[in-house]
Amino acid sequence: MNPGRKLVFTWILLWSGQLTSADEAIDFNRDIRPILSDACFQCHGPDPGKRKANLRLDTRDGLFGDRESGTPVIPRQLDASELLARVLSEEAEEQMPPPKSGKRLTEAQVSLLTRWIEQGAPWQGHWSYEPIKPSALPALPTNATERNPIDRFVTLGLQREGVSPAPDADRPTLIRRLSLDLTGLPPSPADVAAFLDDARVDAYERMVDRLLASPQYGERLAQSWLDLVRYADTIGYHGDNHQDVWLYRDWVINAFTTNMPFDQFTIEQLAGDLLPGATTSQKVASGYNRMLMTTREGGSQAKEYEAKYAADRVRNASTVWLGATLGCAQCHDHKYDPYTTADFYRFAAYFSDIKETAVGEQEPTRIPNTTQAAHAARLDDMLRSLQRTTSSDTPARQAALQIWEETRNSREARWLPIQILAAKATEGTILNAAPDGSLLASGSSPENASYTILATAPLAGMTGLRIEALPDPSLPANGPGRAGNGNAVVSEVELWMDGVRTAWTGAAETHSRKGFPAAHAVDGKPETGWGLIPRAGRASQAVFALATPGSTHPPALLQIVIQMNHGTRHTLGRFRISATADSEPLLLLNPTLPDEIEAALATEPAKRTPEQIASVAAYYRTIAPELAEARSAQSALQVQKNQVEAAMPVTLVSESMAQPRVVRILPRGNWLDETGEVVSAAPPGFLPQDVPSGFRPTRLDLARWMVSEENPLVSRVFVNRIWKLAFGRGLVATSDDFGSQGAWPSNPELLDWLASEFRTRHWDVRWLVRTIVTSRTYRQSSNASENLRQRDPENLWLARQSRFRLDAEQVRDQVLAASGLLTQVVGGPSARPYQPAGYWSYLNFPTREYQPDHGSGLYRRGLYTYWCRTFLHPSMLAFDAPSREECTVDRPRSNTPLQALVLLNDPTYVEAARVLAQRVVQEAGPDPKDRLNHAFRLVLVRQPREEEISPMLALYQNHRQFYQDQPAEAAKLLSVGEFPTIPDVNQADLAAITSLMRVILNLHETVTRY
Amino acid sequence: MARQTPDLNPQELQRLLNRRTFLNRGTAYGVGAAALAAMVGAGRSTARAADVPNPLASPVQFVPKAKRVIQLYMAGGPSHLETLDPKPKLAAMHGQAMPESFTQGKPIAQLQGAKLVCYAPQHKFLKFGQSGLEFSEVLPKIGAMADDICIVRSMFTDAINHDPAHTFMNTGTTISGRPAMGSWVLYGLGSEADNLPGYVVLTSTGKYGQAQPIAARQWHSGFLPSRFQGVEFRSKGDAVLYAGNPAGVDRARQHDVISTIETLNRAGEGVLNDPEIQTRIGAYETAFQMQMSVPDLLDLSDEPEHVFQLYGTRGGDGSFAANCLLARRLAERGVRFIQLYHRDWDHHGAIKEHVAGTAQEVDQASAALLIDLKQRGLLEDTIVTWGGEFGRTPMAQGDGRDHHIKGFSMWMAGGGIKGGISHGATDELGYESIEDVVSVHDLHATILRQLGLDHLRLTYKYQGRDFRLTDVAGNVVEKILA
Repeated sequence: MNPGRKLVFTWILLWSGQLTSADEAIDFNRDIRPILSDACFQCHGPDPGKRKANLRLDTRDGLFGDRESGTPVIPRQLDASELLARVLSEEAEEQMPPPKSGKRLTEAQVSLLTRWIEQGAPWQGHWSYEPIKPSALPALPTNATERNPIDRFVTLGLQREGVSPAPDADRPTLIRRLSLDLTGLPPSPADVAAFLDDARVDAYERMVDRLLASPQYGERLAQSWLDLVRYADTIGYHGDNHQDVWLYRDWVINAFTTNMPFDQFTIEQLAGDLLPGATTSQKVASGYNRMLMTTREGGSQAKEYEAKYAADRVRNASTVWLGATLGCAQCHDHKYDPYTTADFYRFAAYFSDIKETAVGEQEPTRIPNTTQAAHAARLDDMLRSLQRTTSSDTPARQAALQIWEETRNSREARWLPIQILAAKATEGTILNAAPDGSLLASGSSPENASYTILATAPLAGMTGLRIEALPDPSLPANGPGRAGNGNAVVSEVELWMDGVRTAWTGAAETHSRKGFPAAHAVDGKPETGWGLIPRAGRASQAVFALATPGSTHPPALLQIVIQMNHGTRHTLGRFRISATADSEPLLLLNPTLPDEIEAALATEPAKRTPEQIASVAAYYRTIAPELAEARSAQSALQVQKNQVEAAMPVTLVSESMAQPRVVRILPRGNWLDETGEVVSAAPPGFLPQDVPSGFRPTRLDLARWMVSEENPLVSRVFVNRIWKLAFGRGLVATSDDFGSQGAWPSNPELLDWLASEFRTRHWDVRWLVRTIVTSRTYRQSSNASENLRQRDPENLWLARQSRFRLDAEQVRDQVLAASGLLTQVVGGPSARPYQPAGYWSYLNFPTREYQPDHGSGLYRRGLYTYWCRTFLHPSMLAFDAPSREECTVDRPRSNTPLQALVLLNDPTYVEAARVLAQRVVQEAGPDPKDRLNHAFRLVLVRQPREEEISPMLALYQNHRQFYQDQPAEAAKLLSVGEFPTIPDVNQADLAAITSLMRVILNLHETVTRY
Repeated sequence: MARQTPDLNPQELQRLLNRRTFLNRGTAYGVGAAALAAMVGAGRSTARAADVPNPLASPVQFVPKAKRVIQLYMAGGPSHLETLDPKPKLAAMHGQAMPESFTQGKPIAQLQGAKLVCYAPQHKFLKFGQSGLEFSEVLPKIGAMADDICIVRSMFTDAINHDPAHTFMNTGTTISGRPAMGSWVLYGLGSEADNLPGYVVLTSTGKYGQAQPIAARQWHSGFLPSRFQGVEFRSKGDAVLYAGNPAGVDRARQHDVISTIETLNRAGEGVLNDPEIQTRIGAYETAFQMQMSVPDLLDLSDEPEHVFQLYGTRGGDGSFAANCLLARRLAERGVRFIQLYHRDWDHHGAIKEHVAGTAQEVDQASAALLIDLKQRGLLEDTIVTWGGEFGRTPMAQGDGRDHHIKGFSMWMAGGGIKGGISHGATDELGYESIEDVVSVHDLHATILRQLGLDHLRLTYKYQGRDFRLTDVAGNVVEKILA
């Protein structure tokens, strides 16, 4: 070591003694790892691509291994530890981190490093990757009180810092805090009164249990989970179209309400569809995998979006369950944590079986509710019973069949196909004759066509002509026409017999399009005709009667011209022409049957195969007059069933494809580069795992690994989030990052005790919440001395409760509840409260205008507000609700003028103030002071103080006068929102009280939980 | 080069942190308090050893040349080949197959699987000004400002569909949830606007392109504090959402309510012992002021006739021209970052007529803004940018052009950017930027530099990482700086 170094060193050592008490034990993970991570890992960490000088300081070997240029750390040898020398160096080439990085260790950091080396440089693996060990309960310090073990861990820390815990908050504060934390709603006046009067020792615990048993508790917990999984009502990219996935949201609410164990909660979401005998509910849960943003933008490349979706799922699942920033390893190995790029793609591979549309609309799954399922089952029963009737035969029906067949045969026998000599068509269309006497058009398919057929009459004294339009697989929509939908329109049929034009006397048809009867084909008007749709793919026939019978000396020479002028290729594709000599040709209409039935009927009954016999019988049942009633009942039921099915809600669920997508490592995340290695699914390599082998690991394997004994992260991560719910901040401040750049837990023993107990108690979420909120620590007052606030600004020690602004949803729910407007319905499609007109005007494909709900839909909890990802409801946005495009672990809690504008002017809040005014007028009697008292109780769970009453009464007098003088203004104010006003109340009075209510709803205390 | 190194002690820092005002004024330290606090580790300390300010972390590293940015955002992807990048060779190749050497292995949007054929530029290019800088004939008025303009002809981007490409242009990544450039700038510099948001967004549509959707994500503050979010000014209804008083409440009554709120909040301060109440009181004051200053901003009665003539609008109609005039008024009032989206540049068909049409919608007003700013002495410290999220293919899509990311153009003016020059070039067919290539990150780095911010040091710690607008890339385009 050069003398300069030595000098700096001595100076630092002197300093370090002053900064902190030198004898306090250094904890590697708490004190040293964060310094190394922040200052060194970027170049000397897990990412080999960025590693300089082949040195890594994130491993024990790297930190303590011998190197030519000096060993980074040698325990108890300050002089010989190169790391220390480098961070102290003033030489630009030696100094670490390099001067150009802009980073320099602070004196305090150097002091910590120094003392750590002095103390023997004990090393630990990163705390959150170490197994969760049940923390031994420490002894309760003397003079301390506790309500449960949480307090013991906290008190121990407080004693180290020499501070005492705050006293319990008063009961009104407690019940408001607890109600808001556990249900997101303020307590009702009755609940408050009951709690204040409850003298039992366990009054508090009873209140906790009552709240935990309510569905509003499920709603409250669901809210933060929905942020994590990015639940929304629109797809997110480009046109941001609507999608229905609210059944998944309701599943989450229900899971929390019914206290589903967290391991099951995890498994059902990641892989509910893969569970043996998966229930409908489990399939709905697996919708978790479909919550990501998707696109329908034309011109998007499927491969690009497949890559985006894969990465999105990795980012989400790894943040939600592992508190890991695995998403950072998409293009390169993680800079700070031991996640490799291969880990990223292996994790992605778990999800590669999920069936989805890369670009375009996703296919939803129908999920009936209980009533609908029962209804559909009943209809199915009835349909089945009718089906039995219409699918079986009686002797009577067999006899009827025989008569039908004979009649038909006798009619059919009187028709004979004409004998075609030549057939030609205009404009390159080819007409080919088939053995059955039919003609099939092929070749060019002009807009209009005319077919000319030369033939000899098959019989003497011809009286009628029949055209059968026949289906054929070579035709569009299977024909019989050549139009795109299989239609054809026969404009005119003209007949010459032995060169003489013959007139027609009538026409009949088995089927025609409405307004296109067969008579139009012989009316001499080329613009009308016989049309066939909607019987595409099926046969139809028309019979035309001749005015004069044909020659009695066969064979008469026939020339038939079929004109088709409708346009857009409405020409015949396949058809057959027959003739009869019967005196009443129009009565010989014989519906053309499907080919196989015709063939069966053409076979002598004795020679028919059993299949032919059965198919003839089956066909007859579709036309048998005696079954007509059953058939119409059947089709009516089918219509009903279709309606029931159409009313069933839909959602997106996970479904496995037999052939999963191939997942390969994409170099630098580039989806166009297919040179990377193909990988199969596996958990991140450095984490403990029991790797299954011999088959493709599934999402179910992933889910089970998450909640397995050896997983060190999942329980810690979740426990920390629940803690945050109760204290506004996690024991690990960075609840989205448990990696080496994340924060060190403020009370690691407490975190691990909770994480280990939570797992031991079968992932019992309600136990966890209950344990936290019944602790003395939770029940403390949030009022802290200036001194404590200075010493512990972030409230790491928990010598007091925290105080924080309510979430966007609660800001809304609270005023709706206090005014009595709140609709207490759990679940269902999302609700549409008032929203400024034109707010969605930048959306397109399609453009859309927001339509607010009416009635109770306007007053639903914020949780149910329609979540449009690209344009979230502006009031929610103002209070920091996230767009849910990505996973949101921590919402910011801002305090902005836009929030003031919302609370002052959004019709939701003005209406709530007006309705709250009505409520206090009705419930509190005529004295303005009583009304004020009541309103304070409803919103703030307390009485107004004297210094609040007088300015409020002054405002009341002032505005009452104003609105008395300006009744029109009062009327306007009182008509904000849909909710009806109460009659028989002085309007000026009500308007003035509305002003008072607006004041209360805008107070800082109102939007804050203390 | 002057370097301001704010010398803050922890108490001072805490005081700044507590003063969480939305319209975060420029502080005496010349740096947004929030940026400073976050960068010295107090915003979200992850290690207890790291809470001492580190003066090296100051983001203000350069003498600022500009104070504000006006982005004329030509949304939809203007064809560089019909506006800013003359390509005679492409005209010569009209109708011939696009050589595969250009297109092999490159991403493509709606032309997937189609035959790729060269399509001649549909408008003539003319030389303008003393510099002789070339613009398409459809932009004559912008062209007349040539000597103040720098055309960058060598841009490229990463995303080929509108939505992700906008996200990339605004936030430097296609992943949602990251802050827009305007939010970064506000975070770094604060705002000088007293009663207006520091980052304002205006939008207009036209008649010639498909009006592609624009998501609010494009001006979102992402992981930065919400007060740095862009605020949309609308042309219909309340200009700023909820800035209008409720029905039946006039300004005096609203004032009564707000001052009673303040009285009660103050009364609560002592009892609740909550310093956050002070911030809430400030927020209500500002909100009330904003309710006044927004109508004042929109009231154009103080504008002289020649200004209306210049812009070709009398305002109030939500047109691009009206927004340009508002942009100048916002700039005068100290708004830091102003974005004007004109959603009319997606020309998949009839590109000749449609480019001409859309160009006409923006040409006069874009030029008018430059002239007006210049006359008022504002152009020298205002960066004006003009361009879209990507360009369009040299290949035909019928009689239009498809999205194109490998090469496109933008122009910039004011704020210390050299005028009368072009920078960089695409290949002879206008397909790929090949000379002095400028990435979106480079563009961001350059704009930040002119504002006095070092893009490498304007960071925010989120999920354990120091995030930047320029991600892990970005080089200042020194050649275009005056």
